Amino acid sequence: MTESHETAVHAEHDHKPHGWRRWVFATNHKDIGTMYLIFSGLMFFLGGAAAMGIRAQLFKSGLELFDPAEFNQLLTMHALMMIFGAVMPAWVGLANWMIPLQIGAPDMALPRLNNLSFWILPFAGALLISAFLVPGGAPAGGWTMYPPLMEQFGASFPMVIFAIHLLGISSILGAINVIVTIMNLRAPGMSLLRMPLFVWTWLITAYLLIAVMPVLAGAVTMLLTDHFFGTSFFNAAGGGDPVLFLHVFWFFGHPEVYILILPAFGVISEIIPTFSRKPLFGYEAMVYATASIAFLSFIVWGHHMFTVGMPVAAQLFFMLSTMLIAVPTGVKVFNWTATMWRGSLSFEPPMLFAVAFLFLFTIGGFSGLMLALVPSDYQYHGTYFVVAHFHYVLVPGAIFAIMGAVYYWLPKWSGRMYDMRLAKWHFWLSAIFVNVLFFPQHFLGLAGMPRRIADYAPQFTDWNMVSSIGGFVFGAAQLLFPYIVWQCVRSGKPVGANKPWEGAHGLEWELPSPAPYHSWQEPPSEAVLAHGAEH
Amino acid sequence: MRRKGGRGDRAAERAEEGPGRCARLGKGAGIVSLAAAMAGAVPAFASGWDLLNMPRGVTNVSTRIYSLHMMAFWVCVVLAALVFGVMIWSLLFHRKARGAVPDVTMVHNTKVEIVWTTIPVLILVGMAIPAARLLVRINNNTDSEVSIRVNGFQWGWQYQYLGTNVSIVSKLSQSSDAASMLDSGTNPRSVPHYLLSVDHPLVVPVGEKVRLLITSVDVIHSWWVPDLGVKRSAIPGFINEASFTIDPSKPGVYRGQCADLCGRGHAYMPIVVHAVSPAAFQTWLKQQESAGKQVSTGEPAPPAAST
Repeated sequence: MTESHETAVHAEHDHKPHGWRRWVFATNHKDIGTMYLIFSGLMFFLGGAAAMGIRAQLFKSGLELFDPAEFNQLLTMHALMMIFGAVMPAWVGLANWMIPLQIGAPDMALPRLNNLSFWILPFAGALLISAFLVPGGAPAGGWTMYPPLMEQFGASFPMVIFAIHLLGISSILGAINVIVTIMNLRAPGMSLLRMPLFVWTWLITAYLLIAVMPVLAGAVTMLLTDHFFGTSFFNAAGGGDPVLFLHVFWFFGHPEVYILILPAFGVISEIIPTFSRKPLFGYEAMVYATASIAFLSFIVWGHHMFTVGMPVAAQLFFMLSTMLIAVPTGVKVFNWTATMWRGSLSFEPPMLFAVAFLFLFTIGGFSGLMLALVPSDYQYHGTYFVVAHFHYVLVPGAIFAIMGAVYYWLPKWSGRMYDMRLAKWHFWLSAIFVNVLFFPQHFLGLAGMPRRIADYAPQFTDWNMVSSIGGFVFGAAQLLFPYIVWQCVRSGKPVGANKPWEGAHGLEWELPSPAPYHSWQEPPSEAVLAHGAEH
Repeated sequence: MRRKGGRGDRAAERAEEGPGRCARLGKGAGIVSLAAAMAGAVPAFASGWDLLNMPRGVTNVSTRIYSLHMMAFWVCVVLAALVFGVMIWSLLFHRKARGAVPDVTMVHNTKVEIVWTTIPVLILVGMAIPAARLLVRINNNTDSEVSIRVNGFQWGWQYQYLGTNVSIVSKLSQSSDAASMLDSGTNPRSVPHYLLSVDHPLVVPVGEKVRLLITSVDVIHSWWVPDLGVKRSAIPGFINEASFTIDPSKPGVYRGQCADLCGRGHAYMPIVVHAVSPAAFQTWLKQQESAGKQVSTGEPAPPAAST
């Protein structure tokens, strides 16, 4: 087939299959991206329902709703659903949608692999959730799955391990696709240091995924063989070492938290310049800071284990390496601040979420710095102070960034504008009540309330009630989000030929809205590239 | 089936408890006695709204941890004030609605970037030095006067005083246990130190260095008493060390909980430490020793049961 003939075929019609075939046999990056985002949304609400159960149980002292075993199942599944089901697939969905648009590629490099990596997910998700239905219920050892406790759970134990294997395979395939796409399908002239930061952060995230998902797979496989095949990797009675699991798990677990947050840094670095009407300050520093954070994430895992009895020298090492992360993270926050400085700011919903991210993620960063100091960590470890810390970086961090990204690019995807007033309601309810929900948890942790307890002493009731009320309102406010998106796609006002955001920049805005089914059938010229970069 | 059901079996135990039982009587009487019980309970809990910060604690280590924590907190507050101040200034004064014109030439400034990389490094070094010193000090477990082996189990603690035959099994007190059942009908506030009281507390001397050798017989637990500044994981197959010296002027009762998820009873394995004078401690220890090998069911002398 000659090139001109192929172009003609494409131009005639976007030969997309119709009906269910379009989705089941999907190879189009936009269709797959959409499915990822819908899957992520479903898991977000399921994980959120578990969180509502947790907050209802903790509304007051005295066991009210759930038996402690059920409570432990809820909190374990809440974490697994949110991390592996909601946040990670949301980022892969956004990568699918945006990377080809942003680098001038027609699609992802490996479309069939893309189909496979998505279609593993519904099965993995179903396997994970069905753990609730088997005798003995879901695993209740926390998402950290520490042995020997984890091995005390019955029929659901292998189900969750296989679900994690599947989710891990899906992530690795997705990451391979992202790397191959970015390395091979950039438009001529789109050098690495001209790539938008969302692409950069995703490239680095993809390497993190490939590096650590196999480590998790190894750790849970060892758990499985310990349980069913008589090995003793983690069984002290058989000469094994339960602390080995903690080391292996957190060697995965710390890069994992950056997998959840680095693409958020990318999104914020796209949104803030747009609504400040000013280029990103310190682009190259941002790239190097992201890479430094990714590198450091491999040498800080011990800070999750300060109380397990590591040698003092090891504790010192992990304390110092952890504190070091504050430097590149600080650079990022300063650069975002400098981007807003002397800008011309306006506060559409994506910017509102980005500004909230900036403040609240930074608060999570500060509590992270406090947690890095080993002697203080002896008091913080395993308490609600830690719960407050990681929810501050994950909820107003990762999740606000995902929502900001959807509000930012939805007009690009759908060609329609959403109800701005309703989106602002969604924002203000979320931003206020996320603090009502999580800020008091700092107090609870410092005052001595351990995390993961089904019931607590009466003196902790007051702040728990505040936190639960915050949780209920925050949870209810999230129902606005799918409604706003649905309403936009169905009947939003078409955005027409103009950019929906006047300060927007980048290749994706050089395409019409909605973006054509096949993104860049011809690579953008240098003129288009330069125009896209202009402000 | 520990938490669900079991109401019938516990009826006899409950009958011994005044306030808890009253709450389940007829409505009128229940409310009156409940109010009385809550009023009586007030000094025990004070107000939950005041619980905002880490306790200063009663050991040399815990007070230093508190100081380090407060130092780090204030450093964060100052940094937050500076960073958020600049952000808020931009949000207020660099708005399009106010006619702000963007300075699009502002993309990079090496000098500023070097400054905001090096200053945080210096601040971090300033925080790391005292933290490292304290860390080394905390992990010095030598020269202890009393050694106690702590065995975590699902769900409680066993304490063995090394060099003696004294061994104590410490579990959630019966009053808390009964009130903690699903649908127990008991107001937790009517139970003294709900979920933070045990049948047989750990007894230690004040002013002497106590060393703990912490391990577990089943899953990973964590022995934590905030006022002592001690938290160590109890891991099967490992023995972790920790030590503390309680201020001689601060005898008293100090409470904590297991701090690592250890199954359905995780919320129900509190730790209660009775700190008494060295003389009282010796008397208690002798009494326990002479009581022979049955001590774990015996009544510890200075503290009453269910504290």
